[in-house]
Amino acid sequence: MDIRKTFLEWPVVRQLTGSDPLGRGAAVQSKRSRSLEPRTTTADRMVQSVCPYCAVGCGQRVFVRDERVVQIEGDPDSPISRGRLCPKGSASEQLVNSPRRATTMLYRRPRSTSWERIGVEQATDMIADRMVESRRKRWQDTDEHGRPLRRTMGIASLGGATLDNEENYLIKKLFTALGAIQIENQARI
Amino acid sequence: MGASFGRGGATGFLQDLEKADCIVIQGSNMAECHPVGFQWVMEAKARGARVIHIDPRFSRTSAQADTYIPIRAGSDIVFLGAVINYILSNDKYFHEYVVAYTNAATLVSEDFKDVDELDGVFSGYDPETGTYDTSSWAYDGVSDHPQGDAGGQGAESEESASERAAGHELGGHGAALEHAEVKRDETLQHPRTVFQVLKRHYARYTPEMVQEVCGIAPEQLLDVCEAVTANSGRERTTCWVYSVGWTHHTTGVQGIRGSAIIQLLLGNMGRPGGGIMALRGHASIQGSTDIPTLFNLLPGYLPMPKVGPHDSLDEYLKEIASPDQKGFWTNARTYTVNLLKAWWGDAATAENDFAFHYIPKLTGDHGTYATVMSMLDDEIDGYFLLGQNPAVGSAHGRMQRLGMAHLKWLVVRDLNLIESATFWKDGPEIETGELRTEDIDTEVFFFPAASHVEKDGTFTQTQRMLQWHHKAVEPPGDAQSDLAFFYLLGQKIRDRLAGSTDERDRPILDLTWDYPVDEHGDPSAEAVLREINGVHLTGEKAGQALNTFNEMKDDGSTAGGCWIYTGVFADGVNQAARRKPGREQNWVAPEWGWAWPLNRRILYNRAAADPDGKPWSERKAYVWWDEVEQKWVGHDVPDFEVAKPPSYRPPEGASGPAALSGDDPFIMQADGKGWLYAPTGLLDGPMPAHYEPHESPVTNPLYNQQANPTRQVFPRPDNPSNPSNGERGAEIFPYVFTTYRLTEHHTAGGMSRWLPYLSELQPEFFCEVSPELARERGLVHNGWATIVTARTAIEARVMVTDRVVPLPVGGKLIHQVGLPYHWGVGNEALVTGDSANDLFGVTLDANVHIQESKVASCDVQPGRRPRGPELLEFVADYRRRAGITLETGNKLRYPHSDATTGADTDGQGEGTP
Repeated sequence: MDIRKTFLEWPVVRQLTGSDPLGRGAAVQSKRSRSLEPRTTTADRMVQSVCPYCAVGCGQRVFVRDERVVQIEGDPDSPISRGRLCPKGSASEQLVNSPRRATTMLYRRPRSTSWERIGVEQATDMIADRMVESRRKRWQDTDEHGRPLRRTMGIASLGGATLDNEENYLIKKLFTALGAIQIENQARI
Repeated sequence: MGASFGRGGATGFLQDLEKADCIVIQGSNMAECHPVGFQWVMEAKARGARVIHIDPRFSRTSAQADTYIPIRAGSDIVFLGAVINYILSNDKYFHEYVVAYTNAATLVSEDFKDVDELDGVFSGYDPETGTYDTSSWAYDGVSDHPQGDAGGQGAESEESASERAAGHELGGHGAALEHAEVKRDETLQHPRTVFQVLKRHYARYTPEMVQEVCGIAPEQLLDVCEAVTANSGRERTTCWVYSVGWTHHTTGVQGIRGSAIIQLLLGNMGRPGGGIMALRGHASIQGSTDIPTLFNLLPGYLPMPKVGPHDSLDEYLKEIASPDQKGFWTNARTYTVNLLKAWWGDAATAENDFAFHYIPKLTGDHGTYATVMSMLDDEIDGYFLLGQNPAVGSAHGRMQRLGMAHLKWLVVRDLNLIESATFWKDGPEIETGELRTEDIDTEVFFFPAASHVEKDGTFTQTQRMLQWHHKAVEPPGDAQSDLAFFYLLGQKIRDRLAGSTDERDRPILDLTWDYPVDEHGDPSAEAVLREINGVHLTGEKAGQALNTFNEMKDDGSTAGGCWIYTGVFADGVNQAARRKPGREQNWVAPEWGWAWPLNRRILYNRAAADPDGKPWSERKAYVWWDEVEQKWVGHDVPDFEVAKPPSYRPPEGASGPAALSGDDPFIMQADGKGWLYAPTGLLDGPMPAHYEPHESPVTNPLYNQQANPTRQVFPRPDNPSNPSNGERGAEIFPYVFTTYRLTEHHTAGGMSRWLPYLSELQPEFFCEVSPELARERGLVHNGWATIVTARTAIEARVMVTDRVVPLPVGGKLIHQVGLPYHWGVGNEALVTGDSANDLFGVTLDANVHIQESKVASCDVQPGRRPRGPELLEFVADYRRRAGITLETGNKLRYPHSDATTGADTDGQGEGTP
């Protein structure tokens, strides 16, 4: 009988006799946990990203396996965050993979008590129709002194502080060209 | 920030905090709201820096600070004013810096009258409109409005409405001056120098006044004064950190101005370990101001044109910057032409003023709160919510939700089914019976959005740095990016209008709207960023990216969508995607991401050297003049013309950048100086003065003027205000409450209350109260409390804690209640609860139209709130008992000896538009 495979293998003995007196490392590993590999090493690839919560802009490393995000960790290369993430940044894998995340286009008719499903293409067409109509209906060519306004007061927007610069740029460009001016975001709030 | 220094944005970067010798954190709970950034405060502390935290509530930031001082919410300007008073009366300012780099020596017009002389308002106040004619605040011999003739058309109220719309830009940049030739007295002795004006203005901000208004003992104030002055000067620097604890007030802009004055007097601007660190709360909130989804701005802080004064391109440009003033804003024509070329391409020609007339015109405040009131008046058909949850995150949630119920159609694009998408079936007004699902006519479209790992693009974080994030995976299900959605929507609208001969359709049909797409049909974010950066259109470099905005031309031969971002694609390379590890660079880390402008990490860093171009000290060397190379060199990109020597003096009659002397570090300002006193550009005063919050149980002891006389009030039946001290019924709302964030949640919860980890960590809405208040109102730890204002009542779990202390103010003990504002009422999130923002009404800062949502008055009762229609009756009863009318709290010039007097507000009010 190999004595090493009996009580000397007990975690408490290893903790007291080995190099891990606090029992936070090798002393408490089992055969199973020894065989575990972190998702970061089994990922197909790592993609560098930026935390989407506050404006510190911590670096993130996004680990992808089978075209699915399996882990998000702090990026030690970032001179700002040096690999650290706060509770929100650390939870951002759940932001991507949360079972409660909405991934279906939904539509609610006037006076309806429930959602119904429609296609994204169809919904976008419906909005384009409404944009054209509301823009025309609330159009103002001039003010009461005859000075040019060239605008519509029928369409408004709120949001942007969590969007990319490129997205905000297209939003401002499109709405301004349509004459819609009531475009706002969190910076005002 | 813009009004003081010339640019709207944090002046330094987070890692530079470790170079500070003293850090004052005021109006921010950095350790909990920006935990990873806070490591740099801890690094500074480990190196021996003094850390001071001034905030209404003891938090983890306070726990880590060397000194914590509780302050009454809304009294920060008194504290800052007392620090200024200490610096001036004890000659603790950095004399050489102040004389050379600020407008301290400049003379102010004889017409200017301070609040001390006019019983609480500055000269030029019109009680009818609640606005200032700011012309008397000007420098001696310099008018503030370069063009003089604004047309004279239109009613008085309309002109002031236009002024209000203009307010905003101040956030963005320094205001215009007629010319750069100002009268100066460098001995600072002339009674009309800014220095002496400032000294007189702050003389009444004494330690006793701080005790009276802030609830802070004189020795605590003195301790801070001694710490910041001992840690400023040639050898040492102090940094001031603030966040929305300052901006969410009717005096928000002036609070920031207060710290700007201190930092200029102490010579801390433009220097390592100095500056003012504005901590923003969203991943790209700086970016969404730089490339603004804001009504009053165009990209790069160019203003949206206003009807009348901006009918033509020339008139518009004259108001941005007089051609005779100093600084880079005199190039506004170039920046504007490049934007117009980027948007309208070949349709923008020199002959048609580059299609300037395609831009719609403003007539007043079209901000988000004004828009919601328009919804209630059925003036708005359609509304887009893009990653934003106003049903929970905006002040006066009930007004937000009722407004949305008036829309014809609503588009919500988000990661989760937020409360703003479901208000029609599970909002609080369904429970009270104010709304019935079957009666709500609003069509609602919910589009699932792509997350940050499912799209390419840049965020601009709090220190003006753009960081590219790479797409890692495809978005799931129907989810798509906003880039893809808006590109497609634009195409569909253009298809529908194709062939139109209507002149009003030209801007949309002539728009450049053709981006390369990938195999999924999604547009290339890199192509959009390249357009933002700008390109050469003609000549041998045609098609190449611009390297700096100095390459932009005003003749249509270049195009660029946002001039301050030019350089992010320098050499045709996406500079925002640079990822050279921090450990392989110095602390400035210039090769990680890209910061505007031109990758400068500390703004105004010319001021890190003395007027002769030498570092103020070896210890604080940052950017200096190299005599051998004849250029500015150092650890950062110089925020100055690189070959302009310190000895340079502009020739007679010079203007623009050429008029900036070799020792004018504030290169965006019309006179090249940091502004201790803002002769133009602000709407509520050239210097910060303390006014009480819109709702306050305390009478303003400084002036015979209770609240900011220019605040935007909205006296509507659906927006009642609590009476303040001195008004009838004030005793009904005796407590002060303030709102804040927790580490584990994000704003209105749309990105946190759906996540299991975060919801488990902070499951439930609670209120923090002191043991004294708990005794006074019979509140029990872990029990329930109901918090009441004139708008509504909400319920929260009670946390009795020493972290909140009652403060002796105005001869009584003022209790403060702390409320984290992340929860909302609905059925979709993992954790829900009443929303703290429902308690607030809508009252705004006149400069930036930001709401006062960090402080208001309230009552607190033990137990849960009434349900259903009984809730409405409960709150109505409070309004009756307090005698609240439309005038309550809304009188702008109040109290005032010449107008209505006393506490009875049922009489005729004045100044309420």
